[in-house]
Amino acid sequence: MLSYALIGGIMYGLYFGLVGMGLNLIFGVMRMINLAHGDFIMLGAFLTYWLYYLFGFNPLIVIPISIVVFLVFGFLMYYVFVPKLLHSKDPEMLSFILFFGVSQVIEAIIILFFGNNQISVPSTIFAKLFNVSTFTLFGNTFPISWLVVSVACIVAFVLIYVYFFYTKLGYATRAIMANRHEALVSGIDVNKVSAIAFGVGIAAASLAGVMGFFMIGAAFPSMGTDLTTISFTIIVLGALGNPLGTVIGGLIYGVAIMLMQTYFSSWTNVLPYLLLIFVILIKPEGLLGKAVRNV
Amino acid sequence: MYRKKGIIYGLGITLLVIVLFIFLPNIYNNTSFLFNLMLYMALAEGLNIIYGFTGYLPFGYVGFFGAGAYSAALAILFLHFPPLIAVLVGGIGAFLIGIIFIPLLKLSGAYFAIANLAASQALYYIVANPNLEKITQGPYGISLANIYNPQVSYYVMLSILAFSMVTVIFIRFSDYGLALLSIKEDRVSASLAGINVPRERSIAWGLSSFIAGLSGGVYAWYVAVFYPTTVFSLEISVFVIVFVLFGGIGTLVGPLIGSLVLYSFYNFIGISTPQYFQLSYGLLIIIFALFIPNGILSIFEKRGIHVP
Repeated sequence: MLSYALIGGIMYGLYFGLVGMGLNLIFGVMRMINLAHGDFIMLGAFLTYWLYYLFGFNPLIVIPISIVVFLVFGFLMYYVFVPKLLHSKDPEMLSFILFFGVSQVIEAIIILFFGNNQISVPSTIFAKLFNVSTFTLFGNTFPISWLVVSVACIVAFVLIYVYFFYTKLGYATRAIMANRHEALVSGIDVNKVSAIAFGVGIAAASLAGVMGFFMIGAAFPSMGTDLTTISFTIIVLGALGNPLGTVIGGLIYGVAIMLMQTYFSSWTNVLPYLLLIFVILIKPEGLLGKAVRNV
Repeated sequence: MYRKKGIIYGLGITLLVIVLFIFLPNIYNNTSFLFNLMLYMALAEGLNIIYGFTGYLPFGYVGFFGAGAYSAALAILFLHFPPLIAVLVGGIGAFLIGIIFIPLLKLSGAYFAIANLAASQALYYIVANPNLEKITQGPYGISLANIYNPQVSYYVMLSILAFSMVTVIFIRFSDYGLALLSIKEDRVSASLAGINVPRERSIAWGLSSFIAGLSGGVYAWYVAVFYPTTVFSLEISVFVIVFVLFGGIGTLVGPLIGSLVLYSFYNFIGISTPQYFQLSYGLLIIIFALFIPNGILSIFEKRGIHVP
């Protein structure tokens, strides 16, 4: 029981690290709260469903498609909303309201086109592809799809890490995170770099949506709000603006959820919220964070 | 002088609102619309106290509303309190929840908004948990059919609205309100100027939660049957925040105008083309956040017209 919960929790946690990743990137770079984050996860899921039923695409093929589509989408979205918001008196609070509006619009459009239904892609799809349906780790048996998702998440983390720490673009992005004005003064094209980071954030969210069917089950138009809150828990658990922190936050969250489901299943829903309040009150800068917020 | 004039105008507006809502049911028979309008106006004034004057954005404001509805309902079901007192119990229940949440005020900006949202969701999941069915009926909702009385509860709602308006008038035109506004501008400077920041903001927080709780209590009485999903719906928080922002924060009439205009508009769309409701309300939020971020009253203020 315990080893199942722990190992399953780690795989779950890797996935949840990916769920929080996009939100953390956007918050870190723009100091803005993308309340529509969960809705982009939902969009990724609907894209996967649509391509699967229309063309029979395997989710693994959908991954590059969704990355390109949402990267461009996020890039354009940045230019529509963010520069204007930054001119207002209180961008942080206003972004809250604005992106809530965006999330409602996304949800409404999806409901208009697909109806207010649950959708899913059969979880046996990877079993058919690889001709194995389960795998065994330390005497516990897990579905093969979990392994596929875990590997995909690790690849995504490595890519984001490389982008962040080993490219010129990532260097500029980190400069903006440290101080937007000083980055501007030192000749960085702040808007372009931020727009790319915004796109990467949205693309990471959509990737979590592509993988979502195999970890969190069916997708539905209003799933966004809960996912956004869960993502917040994860990035606050780690550290805001630190991608490595998000992975660790995800792992803690995944293991905690699995343990909760094993031992107190009826109270699982409350856990993310209580965990979030607890962490935010005890250590608002996150487990890996440096103290930045004054109280 | 400015204050005296403001208080007189403010009380005049309150009186006008009271008279209007007493007479409106005679010419407009959709009283449930009028009730909800008053409810949103009262909630908007309540949220205005904490958001408009201290700058804390309580994204989980609905938590107090739900707590009020459930406290009132439980007081009726288990303690057999008369409805009027139960409404007061609702206010006190929410106030107590507010006291529990006071540590959240140590956070700032987005951290506070998120933590408050999480707190209200945690409340929802606790109330709706099937394990507590014996107390809260879990997700199956509460029925108060035997005390159902839409006429009396309508007037109780009106008096709560009047109470919230008078509270806002008092805050807006007093030294206390000035202290709150200085906390909003800069907490550190405010405390340097001798303002007891933790105490003042906690009082505002308490008042704000009390008004939401009273509104929740009277809502429970008015509708008589409700579910945890209805009284803890995040939509209520967002509606109220948008109403307040749309009108103009930190004023008396702003939240009233915001609620009147937008709630009527929502109601109109909700009845005529419900399938586009969510879309149009989302678009409205976006447009307004981008183009009139300081509310419609800011247009008057720019021309030098002061609104109470």
